[in-house]
Amino acid sequence: MNAAIATASSKAQPHAGEAPPNKGADLRNFAIFAVAILSMPLWLQPLGVAYPAFMQKIAIFGTLAIGFNLLFGLTGYLSFGHAAFLGVGSYAAVWSFKLLSMNAVPALIFGTLFGGLFALAIGFISLRRTGIYFSILTLAFAQMAYNLAYSVLTPITNGETALQVVKDDPRVLDAMFGAVGTSSAPVPNLFGMALTGDAGLIGFYFCALLMIGAFYISMRIFRSPFGMMLRAIKTNQQRMRFTGLNPRPYALAVFVVSGMYAGLAGSMMAVVDPLAGAERMQWTASGEVVLMTILGGSGTLIGPVLGAGAIKYFEVKLVEYNKTKLGEIFSFLPDSISDAVVSVSSLFVGGGWHLTLGLIFMLVVIFLPGGIVQGLGKLTSWVRRRTSSSNSASSKSADASQPAE
Amino acid sequence: MDAVIIQILNGLDKGGAYALIALGLTLIFGTLGVVNFAHGALFMLGAFVAVSVNGLLSLESVTLDPTKLTPWGTPAEIRTKLAEEWFGTFGTTLIDYSVPVSIVVAIPVMLLIGLIMERGLIQFFYKRPHADQILVTFGLAIVLQEIVKAIFGANSISQSAPASLAGTIDVISGVAYPTWRMVYFFFSLTVIGAVIAFLQFTTFGMVVRAGMADRETVGLLGINIERRFTIVFGLAAIIAGMAGAMYTPILSPDYHLGMDFLVLSFVVVVVGGMGSIPGAVAAGFILGILQSFAAMEAVKQYFPGIDQIIIYLVAIVILLVRPRGLMGRKGVMET
Repeated sequence: MNAAIATASSKAQPHAGEAPPNKGADLRNFAIFAVAILSMPLWLQPLGVAYPAFMQKIAIFGTLAIGFNLLFGLTGYLSFGHAAFLGVGSYAAVWSFKLLSMNAVPALIFGTLFGGLFALAIGFISLRRTGIYFSILTLAFAQMAYNLAYSVLTPITNGETALQVVKDDPRVLDAMFGAVGTSSAPVPNLFGMALTGDAGLIGFYFCALLMIGAFYISMRIFRSPFGMMLRAIKTNQQRMRFTGLNPRPYALAVFVVSGMYAGLAGSMMAVVDPLAGAERMQWTASGEVVLMTILGGSGTLIGPVLGAGAIKYFEVKLVEYNKTKLGEIFSFLPDSISDAVVSVSSLFVGGGWHLTLGLIFMLVVIFLPGGIVQGLGKLTSWVRRRTSSSNSASSKSADASQPAE
Repeated sequence: MDAVIIQILNGLDKGGAYALIALGLTLIFGTLGVVNFAHGALFMLGAFVAVSVNGLLSLESVTLDPTKLTPWGTPAEIRTKLAEEWFGTFGTTLIDYSVPVSIVVAIPVMLLIGLIMERGLIQFFYKRPHADQILVTFGLAIVLQEIVKAIFGANSISQSAPASLAGTIDVISGVAYPTWRMVYFFFSLTVIGAVIAFLQFTTFGMVVRAGMADRETVGLLGINIERRFTIVFGLAAIIAGMAGAMYTPILSPDYHLGMDFLVLSFVVVVVGGMGSIPGAVAAGFILGILQSFAAMEAVKQYFPGIDQIIIYLVAIVILLVRPRGLMGRKGVMET
């Protein structure tokens, strides 16, 4: 099974796996990526989504998907429990806000740390099995975490009301440095700089820089000998064992790294909105990460971010549409036809946008297993072939006139 | 003692549902080698077949009666159910028994859905890795549940058991138990028995079992195994659909019913052992009963929250101690 995945996706990732890791090209791609992310407020303007809340979401889910891709894209282990690490990260971050300080730095550290610890415990057990058994084990652990967060762990998680920062939490560190008591619950800050509320784009740049850092680390892992080991796990564990290498420690290491990414994403969520609810841990949330990664292109560097961005964009855009808006769009059609068109198309937008998502996802899995990245690759090679074929046609005619050459 | 018996009884109907879904999953997995994440959605579709049958049977005709006036002076509306108008008392019985009747409708409908699914989508995924199968059927499950949501709305729709079966019966003296749950338990036993008998005593079943053991050799013997597997997929869809339809009086169906049951039934399959039909059935009932025991106050006192996680906990322990599950065969899904 692992070998099959590997062949399927190695076709899909012409520049991630097989191409020799060229340092200059990597650096260039990384610079392009960083500039593209940081300039999002500009180029998302024409798309109508250049508001901080949306861009933060892209940065957060991008980080989450990058981390998931390190596990699934490289080793082929399909985890259905990543939302649990996200939730744990959120809870840890909010507790850090409550007990230590409203500064975002300790919150991020604790979120990442707890995400990693949780992943270490779950991974240690789950990685004893492979294939679908691994998926079921991670799913079972995540569901346990979700159910417990709703019931017995209510003192820690505050159950259905979600964990929130309130005015008179202890906040030991803040008190030590003589922070002034406020009339309402304070907002997360970065050494005094407010990150939410009317902070505008600051919160976004904060998340964006974190995601760029996460992307850089993921790129280093892809290019490292460690990344090579992970690909070996996906290709053939048996052969790896024959060569005297034990795949388990490598798989566990990347599982923990992946859990830390999820914990980081969870604490970023808590930073931009200091609130942690258990619904973040439900297995459908884990499924969403899977969708993002596959849609973008698993096993590629940029794919997960593209997938996260695409899904979040569709979510925002499709939910906006309702029947009246569709009616305006199709008003050029005769009444009877436009009514029918509107009622059919309204199934796919608004509250029903999940239907569109499910359909797109199915089409991608069926026809484009490499996701958006494979699609783009096919497109560019098609364009290149067209231009080169016209070139060769002209050169052929040139050859005909000068046969001696 | 009574408390123990009550908990066992309580677990039986839920266990029956788990067993039926897990049975279908195992059949599909054992024959087609496909991990079907849309199986919970089939259960949900069956439940909504029951909802639609009930809705169709209670269609009303409205006539205005000028001789009678409502208190505010407009002609009174006389509503008659069409089924009663056409069939008289038989129609009334039909409406009352809409849930059992819906099974008759569910069989052809689910068979059709199953065949369309297999021919239209699943057959292209036989040779693809399991991860792809999981992903595409997961997408299909989302699509199916969103379609149901678009048609029936997001709220759960309650269904009632026939009046004669809606009460309770005394199983042993002093222990009252809802009759419909008892009916569900015996229904699930019947279906399971029928499926096993079908596999065990018919030529078709023999070929299917042979195919589960060694597909290649069966193909070499000149038997068209693919066509039989298509029928098996339809059969599994029927089982899931009937299980869903009959379950509606116990749990009002809504659109994400399938997802809830899917996770649990996968756990059941894994506990029972991938590819083992008796294992799936046994694990279904065992987990159902364990779950109802964990919900006892006396147990919850010592292990708070155990009722929420017992199934997953059992699954984790089983997978670590007996990686093949209770009755798993060697060589199934071990690569």
